Amino acid sequence: MSEYKGIRGAVWFKALTGQSAPLSGGPASVLAADAPLGNDTARFLCVVPNPEGRFPCARHGEVGLEEAYTLATRVREVIHEDNNTIKRPIIAIVDVKSQAYGRREETAGIFLAAAAAADAYGSARLAGHPIITLVVGHAFSGAFLTHGYQANRLLAFDDDGVMIHAMHKAAAARITRRSVESLEALGKTIAPLSYHIRDYAKLGLLHKLLHVENPEDPPQQEIQAVQKELITAIVDTRNSPVDLRSRMTSPGALDMRKTSIQVRNLLETQWAEIRHAQ
Amino acid sequence: MSEQRNDTKFINRQSFIELNARERAEILFDTGTSRELAGPFDRMESPWLAMQGVTPQADDGCVVMKGKISGQSTVVIALEGAFQGGSLGEVSGEKLTAALDLACADNEKGIRTNAVMLLETGGVRLQEANLGLASIAEIMASILVLRRHVPVICIIAGTVGCFGGMSLAAGLASYVVMTREARLGMNGPEVIEQTSGVEEFDSSDRALIWAIHGGEQRFAMGLADALVEDDAQQMVEAVQSFIAKGVPAVHRSSEIALYRSHIAALDASRQWDPKELRAIWKADVATEDTQ
Repeated sequence: MSEYKGIRGAVWFKALTGQSAPLSGGPASVLAADAPLGNDTARFLCVVPNPEGRFPCARHGEVGLEEAYTLATRVREVIHEDNNTIKRPIIAIVDVKSQAYGRREETAGIFLAAAAAADAYGSARLAGHPIITLVVGHAFSGAFLTHGYQANRLLAFDDDGVMIHAMHKAAAARITRRSVESLEALGKTIAPLSYHIRDYAKLGLLHKLLHVENPEDPPQQEIQAVQKELITAIVDTRNSPVDLRSRMTSPGALDMRKTSIQVRNLLETQWAEIRHAQ
Repeated sequence: MSEQRNDTKFINRQSFIELNARERAEILFDTGTSRELAGPFDRMESPWLAMQGVTPQADDGCVVMKGKISGQSTVVIALEGAFQGGSLGEVSGEKLTAALDLACADNEKGIRTNAVMLLETGGVRLQEANLGLASIAEIMASILVLRRHVPVICIIAGTVGCFGGMSLAAGLASYVVMTREARLGMNGPEVIEQTSGVEEFDSSDRALIWAIHGGEQRFAMGLADALVEDDAQQMVEAVQSFIAKGVPAVHRSSEIALYRSHIAALDASRQWDPKELRAIWKADVATEDTQ
């Protein structure tokens, strides 16, 4: 399991778009470009570290105020431009350390900034844009809710450098009053607690785990394989509902989220009973 | 309004904050119209807590009630701050998502059904970690669909407040109602201090915390739509007024250009007095004090 390095986002953005600069008018921490993907032109988005960033708590790969509002802007551009034409796929390349933990961020309402980005992604999905998230590194808590978790399909590399979680290990251990060791031990039997991507995959939320040999320096053949998976996911998305139900109907979810399914069925039954009574 | 009248009203009020989640939900409905769904007798408990030595609760800290408000069909979902800090686990998360989805399905059938969320929560329940986080993403997705049909009203009454991932759910709501005893933010003071240092945020500085996250500040900045006293009657009236108002023309979380320009205009080289932001931000937002 690896520490956050903040290099994978830029590597895969370059690999998939051939570009490495942000669009003009935005901070250097948000990479955005349109690039061919199969028969489509897709919009690729990625948040990367920017040591020169305006906000001190958002310089190392965190999603802060500028990142969130810029993501929202870049996604909304796509919705607006494709209003009367084929809906461009949007690919969220994810390697984010966390949301920005700062006083300035809280004062200026980072919760709304994050909601605005999620709103844009979710609205694009509802408008028919296939949203595919490619987790190439870390995807933590509020940062993942802001950038990636509203996608139709979630893809992740089957690699020790990939981590999807609600909170970093040390903090999660502290808050639940455990040692990091006991948290790791629990993760072996309780999948939602685990920091391993293969355990995350058991939850049924992921569309697919992708095998890659060199996630930090991928050869052309590996890039093409990932492109092929993205294209397949786009096709699958276009033939499916625009909601997130696939996360509850996958084989993994039928097992790991069976209590969720019971809760939903119970609510549906009682809701219908009330309606007939009223 | 004179100080005298205010005092009398305050003394005779029924506190909203002192109510538990179930009582808070019920008091919002037209008398005698509410029914609880997936209540404690259905025993939908978290399957993950007992295996970690934590006692589960028969409603998992989430109350779902359906009934009428102002004569209109409405679902109210209330998180219980006294159970695990109102945190979102698999069961409480799915109760919230499914309730929003059922309301949405009814609206799509032409049966108008409003939604009210009472959020007292620190966000993801860390004992259910990735299922809690996934749940919040799904709650957000469901709010986005439902708010196209009817207003999704969010109440943060206090005293737990609304933090973590669920602050994004509040951010997506059509209207946010707060009291002065409530707080709304993404990261709590303790986690900021631990992550970024005490010089960034001194979590023992109560005045600073309230100045930034408190209901009065959020309302004054235009990030909440109503500031009400800790008074059940005022809360009921606020909910009724927002139901009557209907879906806003533009949701706050879709006002990208406005807020992006606000952020661009800030001097990021220093910390700000939260009050500075009130005058600048509020001027651009059409909000209404229900007091």
